[in-house]
Amino acid sequence: MSAKKTDTASLKKKAQQLRRDILAMLCEAGSGHPGGSLSLVELIVGLYFHALRHRPGDPQWAGRDIFILSKGHGCPALYAALADCGYFPKEELKTLRRLNSRLQGHPQRGLPGIEASTGSLGQGLSIANGIALAARLDRLDRRVYCIMGDGEIQEGQIWEAALTAGHYKLDNLCGIIDNNGYQIDGRIEDTKNLAPIADKWRSFNWHAIEIDGHDIGQVIAAYDEAGTIKGKPTMIVARTVKGKGISFMECDNKWHGVAPSEDEFRKAIEELNN
Amino acid sequence: MSEARKPKSSRDGFGEGLLEAGRADERVVVLCADLTDSVRAGWFKREFPERFFSLGVSEQDMMGTAAGLALGGKIPFACTFSAFAAGRVWEQIRVSLCYMKLDVKIGASHGGITVGEDGATHQALEEIAILRSLPNMTIVVPADADEARRATVQAVTYPGPVYIRTSRNSVPFVTGGDEAFQIGRAAILRQGDDITLIACGQLVYQALEAAKVLAARGIEARVVNMHTIKPLDEEAVLAACRDTGAVVTCEEHTIIGGLGGAVAEVVCKKCPVPVEMVGTRDVFGVSGSPTELLHVFELDADAIVRAAERIIQKKQ
Repeated sequence: MSAKKTDTASLKKKAQQLRRDILAMLCEAGSGHPGGSLSLVELIVGLYFHALRHRPGDPQWAGRDIFILSKGHGCPALYAALADCGYFPKEELKTLRRLNSRLQGHPQRGLPGIEASTGSLGQGLSIANGIALAARLDRLDRRVYCIMGDGEIQEGQIWEAALTAGHYKLDNLCGIIDNNGYQIDGRIEDTKNLAPIADKWRSFNWHAIEIDGHDIGQVIAAYDEAGTIKGKPTMIVARTVKGKGISFMECDNKWHGVAPSEDEFRKAIEELNN
Repeated sequence: MSEARKPKSSRDGFGEGLLEAGRADERVVVLCADLTDSVRAGWFKREFPERFFSLGVSEQDMMGTAAGLALGGKIPFACTFSAFAAGRVWEQIRVSLCYMKLDVKIGASHGGITVGEDGATHQALEEIAILRSLPNMTIVVPADADEARRATVQAVTYPGPVYIRTSRNSVPFVTGGDEAFQIGRAAILRQGDDITLIACGQLVYQALEAAKVLAARGIEARVVNMHTIKPLDEEAVLAACRDTGAVVTCEEHTIIGGLGGAVAEVVCKKCPVPVEMVGTRDVFGVSGSPTELLHVFELDADAIVRAAERIIQKKQ
């Protein structure tokens, strides 16, 4: 794809706005996953406001690129971005995790903008591969993106899918790892070490790019670079901070799956506004 | 019945159906996990190499890739042995296929005890039970090669995931070539008023053989080919209860949760009559020839006759 000019200052603002929306949703819902939602904000912003060709008013547009959030628990970030783009009313964010809401605890296909239901870890990359293969068969100029968590890639299916994408030279596929260094049980290196992550993907015949996943300039440059790589899929290993942007949530794993109280929410918003 | 025809395996019928479906609809694609010729997908692969995807020994990835292809507008058939097509990938089938109700068809060959010499690890005897519990799932166990071909072709336009279980060994034809086949609608292959034998897969042939023996002993058995386990043709079951007052289910699967379980759920809720189940009895299989195994595990015509004679005593 052609590198387009994107104003990184406005994307930074967008990221902060999404963080506010995420925290508001989670506070309202009273449950959910703040840590892993906040860590992937810039990765999502880079997709929805730079890399993806999409039409929020026409979610099934045949010419669209496809994004799969394999780490489904990060969906508050995705919902916030989709609402901001206009896929559904922003008001609906308040219904997160409520009975009869389209904003399920983990993403469900049917909500405009959600391409695949995910939530059970390790399944998204195979789905992305299948979409990329179908696009190739139909000779579509479609790109497919898939964000995984770092803990998630401990799943065996991920490595089956890694082999498949390398074997089929899926250069229309771009994977992204939200490498925040934590999983539910604690630090990844203490639980089941994944290092060296990028080299693992390289050895599976992927092109790997290592970036700071909160530097929006690096994020969009990585998406642009992935679009130029021929003959192999690209994996962006994005070093991120779990709970990014909120001092008392950063790198504190207790925020994996606990929503902020009203007080904590107010404190968090103050930090984001400063 | 076309008894003159040479027995044939239902996996052969599946392979022919794939080819037919592929020729009729270019959305049909096939995925295999290293057992391409064994599952009879090789014929499709050779005619449509671009629409064939080898996934290697990676069943979980195969199911997910099939889901992606379906999201991309294709109608994928993901093929492997029954022993690996359900249990190993149950959660992928649950979330990536059933939850999204995607048009992914699972071609599961080598079902049941008649896999034979390979033994217990390769004899799928439980997978229908675990698949049946999944919302949006359709399960078809064709009785012969013709029916397998028809089920495969029909699965293309049948909405949602469809699991088609076929056999390795050759089995006599029991369905007519031009007979109407419809997923979800049972076929009565033999009329009778004394008892009903409800069978699926190659035990339909055994049930027909059993009915002949029973007839010689003065018992007229209805034989129902219940090729679709889910959605179950409840009307056919209830008609059997009303008309014959006793039911024997026959399947190459454990009696826990398969065809027998599905039939019993309907019978005890809506029209209680005595039910006897012919199937494996909460045990693993062993190596042996298909004929030996059908006999030893009490799945053959003789066993069905014994079950029918036992239950007919209990009839009101």
